[in-house]
Amino acid sequence: MIRHLLSSADLSKDDAVLILDTAEELLSVASRPIKKLPTLRGRTVVNLFFEDSTRTRISFEAAAKRLSADVINFSSKGSSVSKGESLKDTALTLQAMGADAVVIRHGSSGAPHRLAHASWINGAIINAGDGSHEHPTQALLDAFTMRRHLGDLDGRRVTIVGDVLHSRVARSNALLLSILGADVTLVAPPTLLPVGVDSWPVQTSYELDGALDKADVVMMLRVQGERMNDAFFPSAREYSRRYGLDTRRMRRLPEHAIVMHPGPMNRGMEITADVADSARSVIVEQVTNGVAVRMAVLYLLLSGSTDAESTEAREEA
Amino acid sequence: MSAHVLRDALVLGERRADILIEDGTITALADSLDAGDAREVDATGLIALPGLVDLHTHLREPGREDAETVLTGTQAAARGGFTCVHAMANTDPVADTAGVVEQVWRLGREHGYCDVQPVGAVTVGLDGTQLAELGAMAESVAKVRMFSDDGKCVSDAVLMRRALEYVKAFGGVIAQHAQEPRLTRGAQMNEGELSGILGLTGWPAVAEEAIVARDVLLSAHVGSRLHVCHVSTRGSVEILRWAKSKGWDVTAEVTPHHLLLTDELVRSYDPIFKVNPPLRSSDDVAAVREGLADGTIDCVATDHAPHPMEDKECEWSAAAFGMLGLETALSVVQLAMVDSAMLSWSDVARVMSTVPAAIGRVEAHGRPLAVGEPANVVLYDSGASRQWRSDDTASLSRNTPYAGRELPGRVVATFLRGRPTVLDGELAEVPV
Repeated sequence: MIRHLLSSADLSKDDAVLILDTAEELLSVASRPIKKLPTLRGRTVVNLFFEDSTRTRISFEAAAKRLSADVINFSSKGSSVSKGESLKDTALTLQAMGADAVVIRHGSSGAPHRLAHASWINGAIINAGDGSHEHPTQALLDAFTMRRHLGDLDGRRVTIVGDVLHSRVARSNALLLSILGADVTLVAPPTLLPVGVDSWPVQTSYELDGALDKADVVMMLRVQGERMNDAFFPSAREYSRRYGLDTRRMRRLPEHAIVMHPGPMNRGMEITADVADSARSVIVEQVTNGVAVRMAVLYLLLSGSTDAESTEAREEA
Repeated sequence: MSAHVLRDALVLGERRADILIEDGTITALADSLDAGDAREVDATGLIALPGLVDLHTHLREPGREDAETVLTGTQAAARGGFTCVHAMANTDPVADTAGVVEQVWRLGREHGYCDVQPVGAVTVGLDGTQLAELGAMAESVAKVRMFSDDGKCVSDAVLMRRALEYVKAFGGVIAQHAQEPRLTRGAQMNEGELSGILGLTGWPAVAEEAIVARDVLLSAHVGSRLHVCHVSTRGSVEILRWAKSKGWDVTAEVTPHHLLLTDELVRSYDPIFKVNPPLRSSDDVAAVREGLADGTIDCVATDHAPHPMEDKECEWSAAAFGMLGLETALSVVQLAMVDSAMLSWSDVARVMSTVPAAIGRVEAHGRPLAVGEPANVVLYDSGASRQWRSDDTASLSRNTPYAGRELPGRVVATFLRGRPTVLDGELAEVPV
């Protein structure tokens, strides 16, 4: 198993399947009356959030706590980070406190990579979203959710729609789903596809309707209305007409297809309320699965180290 | 006054000769000179080049003396074989008045390691709205001839036209930092396949090329001198080649790092490789090498840009743009251009001394190694090789992208007007 989780591309197919299988076992914990395992007792997980993200932070916090880890939340508001402390000094502080794992969310692409490779800190680094680079645990929980509905993802068709250019979710999903054998199509206006997307292991399309008929999954990405100020598209209405998922478009999907969204949604922009709340929508389930997948990631990364406590943890699980 | 004789030097890497330097002048250049009591310098196997001239140096003083000072920057220059550097205007206060450029010029003279030729700002405060007093800077003791808002592009086409026209009155040149600002808002690295993968905002080649294209046309239209700073893309090289084929008075420089390094290094997310313009693709590197070899690009300029460590030991987007360059320039040019047989050592003298001196209009530099010429000389051991260390520098800063790399060559001695500023590879004591 890898030491850090910085990018979906760090994972082999075996690693990815192991995480998903482990998450499957851990999901059952959530349905027990006592939702707690002693696996990471005595280990410290730091949630280092330089960007607001209630949803992801709470998910990681719940995951760590259900594994009995000690959790320290460190967000940029109300900490020395907002007083201008550098990433390096923050990392040295966490190292001095003995963090076993650091879950980092940062607005700058590559910040988790810096933490993992600049020798400021020894713990495992988990990327919880960095700039417009990656968000690998989101991709894992998306793959996990797909797998629960569709079985093995090999040969499954996944259509990802929206602001691919700025989306770390799209990058991580494109990489992970290809590793798992799925066929990914990215749909976006040309302005919102990155330069060089031709080299990604995906298909691309500028047109949504044609990418729905055979899709097993359609994943809508959040699009910020402000993007129109940078002329990425003419208006929110035009975007919505051309790339939004409404009931008319949803009807084009095969019977078994599911609708996903990493949240938070812009209802009425990339997805209508009818679709978001429809029976095909697995958006709420994604949140539930997020905890199980993050438990699996924490467990596998932290039990990958060699001290006695983690050996014990492996046996207990 | 001092006298030195450089024994058995390879003049421009071609002809073996002794060089006698007396009172700041080369007084003899021949085999087996009788040098009287001149101090002997064994230059066996060392290449003698005219003192190097840099058109693009950031000395940071006044304003950022934590990153570099005129003293430390000129010491680094001497260690790199330079006898004249052009100090860019983006200091604090900006070098946009006669007072500031005279101060910088004087500091260089007082320290005595390397002549400092200040570059004046084109616009007041580098703001891109109002012309600075270019004439006053030209008439000051600093005799400013090169003007640049480097760090920022003179993006307003009318202002650029006027600046080009205005400096004709005193033989000036506008050195343009070619970067279309709207196309590069928030830009972090070369726009290409890798920027898409790394999720870093792209700095597209077209943002440089669009300005280069506009400016060569403006320069032709008003019949004035344009110099393009740090050319980094194949497209820019092609536009410059076309402009030169028209006979237009356009010159260009390339940095050592754009001759050697590519954007692949950004994969590390280590901001030591963050620079503006950004490291480009290997195809662009090939194009700027070809351009330098065939004369489309006239010269090498370092864009030596010191930054304190805290501005590099951080996440990519928070880091400062820029890298050190003075002490490694000659080694990198050897590696990229000479060892690959694209340039001879006399070509190196041309692109690192003669031509930049001519562009900057500094008369006492870039002269041939010949009797009667000012004794600005560098002795270089091209057979040496060493692993570069970031702390082996005279600069106050450590942001070299070459740490841990094997670089060829070593500057053994530098003479500024006959006085050694570097001897045996070490900084010499320079009497004030």
